[in-house]
Amino acid sequence: MFRFFVRRLIGAAVIMLIISAVTFFLFYAIPRDPARAFCGKICSPTNLELIRHNLGMDDPLFVQYWHWLTGIFTGRDLVQFGACAAPCLGYSFATQEPVFAAILDRFPVTVSVTLGAAVVILSFGIVTGMIAAWQQGKPLDKIASTSSVIGASLQIYFVGPLVVFFVVDSMGLLPRPSYIPFTEDPLGWFVHLLIPWFVLSIIFTANYTRMTRSVMVEQLAEDYVRTARAKGMSSRTVFLRFAWRGAMIPIVTIFGVDLATLLGGAIITEQTFTLHGIGELAVRAVQNTDLPMLLGVTLVGAFAIVILNIVVDMLYAVIDPRVRLG
Amino acid sequence: MTTVTWDREPATPRGPGTFLSVRDLSVEFSTEDGVVHAVDALSFDLQKGTTLGIVGESGSGKSVSNLAILGLHDPTQTKLGGEIWLEDQDLLRASRSTMEKLRGNRIAMIFQDPLTSLSPYHTVGRQISEVYRKHKGASRAEARARAVEMLERVGIPHARTRVDDYPHQFSGGMRQRVMIAMALVCDPDLIIADEPTTALDVTVQAQILDLLKDLQQQFGTSIILITHDLGVVANTAHNVLVMYAGRAVEQGTTHEVLREPRHPYTWGLLGSMPKLSSNVDLPLLPVRGTPPSLLSPPPGCPFHPRCDHRQLVGSDVCATERPELSPAEGHRDACYLTLAQKREIFDGKIKELL
Ligand SMILES: Nc1ncnc2c1ncn2[C@@H]1O[C@H](COP(=O)(O)OP(=O)(O)OP(=O)(O)O)[C@@H](O)[C@H]1O
Ligand SMILES: [Mg+2]
Repeated sequence: MFRFFVRRLIGAAVIMLIISAVTFFLFYAIPRDPARAFCGKICSPTNLELIRHNLGMDDPLFVQYWHWLTGIFTGRDLVQFGACAAPCLGYSFATQEPVFAAILDRFPVTVSVTLGAAVVILSFGIVTGMIAAWQQGKPLDKIASTSSVIGASLQIYFVGPLVVFFVVDSMGLLPRPSYIPFTEDPLGWFVHLLIPWFVLSIIFTANYTRMTRSVMVEQLAEDYVRTARAKGMSSRTVFLRFAWRGAMIPIVTIFGVDLATLLGGAIITEQTFTLHGIGELAVRAVQNTDLPMLLGVTLVGAFAIVILNIVVDMLYAVIDPRVRLG
Repeated sequence: MTTVTWDREPATPRGPGTFLSVRDLSVEFSTEDGVVHAVDALSFDLQKGTTLGIVGESGSGKSVSNLAILGLHDPTQTKLGGEIWLEDQDLLRASRSTMEKLRGNRIAMIFQDPLTSLSPYHTVGRQISEVYRKHKGASRAEARARAVEMLERVGIPHARTRVDDYPHQFSGGMRQRVMIAMALVCDPDLIIADEPTTALDVTVQAQILDLLKDLQQQFGTSIILITHDLGVVANTAHNVLVMYAGRAVEQGTTHEVLREPRHPYTWGLLGSMPKLSSNVDLPLLPVRGTPPSLLSPPPGCPFHPRCDHRQLVGSDVCATERPELSPAEGHRDACYLTLAQKREIFDGKIKELL
């Protein structure tokens, strides 16, 4: 177990190092000069040179990357903006705010949207998939299958405004989506995020319905499930205790794969409902060629996915006693 | 829905002491390619405390017919016909809850592959004790103690600690013992063992079969033993049923069927069995040809396309009319050759090759 963590954490560090390096060097492939953005309308070559120097942009690329990397652990002194304490991800070229603080500030929004949607996806997807498998070939199964096909073909930026129009504007059932910190008002947090959760989960839920149905049907044909029936276990016990156990493994696997897509979906959802999360930061950073922000966001996203994948691997070991972490 | 054709009165003649009586059982599967006639007009009786060996090639319907006894076929694609009497109860017409109470309790099944047949997600102790709790209403602690007792009975060392292990932590032979412990936990009256030793090496195989024999002597359990291995049958079964293409082609006592086999298919089965004592230069005699398609079984005797002796019958009745088992009692087989012809062929040509 200990060895598992050490190994996985080292692996995670390596992955993030690679991702940050790739982002860093790719960024410099874009022929745009961020120093110019700070230089103002009348920009003398000396001035530009000075800004370059202050941003550390006159060093060779590798040195710049090294400075950026060590800054995370030791902090650094950025002349243009002042001191930057560890963990220092630099200052945004566009807004001049410290990147780490900006990310920290928006982190709860994205976490709320993503985790809430994940809960909806898993609970609804699995429950409807189980019902469909239980009712194989009967009307409920057909309804679940059909609606999952429809759900999978919907788009967030299309459904989002539609839902807001009907549920918020016309019927006034829910408040307009926004982010209220959980610590301030848990109920408000919940109510204001219901629509984003619903919209983000639609596409995924449909997938999980279909998948749960098919893995359950597969599991029901397994030898050990037949043994359970041969022992006199009731159909419900067989379904919920035996078949379900085996079905969880492929579901967890796919969920691990879907995490990145889900984060991507969360960014689109934030944009759709103008929630001020990491997604907004990411989109703006790309638009403004804001290297520090872009690197910071990429790193945080990668970090989240890497950690969640470790969690998924631990889940395997909980579900299946044959899996040993190590 | 399970559709059951009820074409005759349930009053069926059964011999005294008959515990299980299968009458005209048919099992048909609807598949995309058509209807698979997996079992057709199969009848046999099982006496209390005896073992019936069922032999036949792969695909002859051995498993399918026994799954029907337990009612384990998927009712949406299976059509069952005939009757299966357990004492005075027709299992084909019993309610679902009746069947759930019977399974694992009065009738238990041991499956071929203990690795896939045991749940990988639960400890063996839990898998054994849940049967006991379900059928006997025992408490958690009682059931656990019972599981330990059963593991000890089937010869698993350190049962007290191993009860908390998962199936993958056991060897193949040990897993099969666990399977047997699970089947026996409620002291069933009937055990259906579907190739219980196929996956095991010979020593373990012998141990497992001895175990079943001991249990039978101790508790008077009836056993249906499905196997490819005629050696196993010779050692353990009192009676033998030979199946071909979903039908019974020969049945009788073990001695009768193995020593004086009458059906050409049984000769083929015996001839295809390797013997330690025989000369290595003597070729095995596999049954030529392949088993018939169960989608459209051949008319007449299902074995006629592969039979070497049908020209002796004279007319082409083999290809047109289905032979019935005869005589009505005792050693019976379904073949148009006369008893004298069969004896002559067997004594003259077949015996020396076995
Ligand atoms: N659910 C099903 N749907 C369609 N066909 C089936 C089904 N189950 C079994 N069969 C067919 O029924 C026939 C009899 O199968 P069965 O499993 O009883 O054979 P068997 O005698 O047990 O063979 P083996 O020795 O290989 O276990 C086979 O041809 C098989 O393909
Ligand atoms: Mg079989």
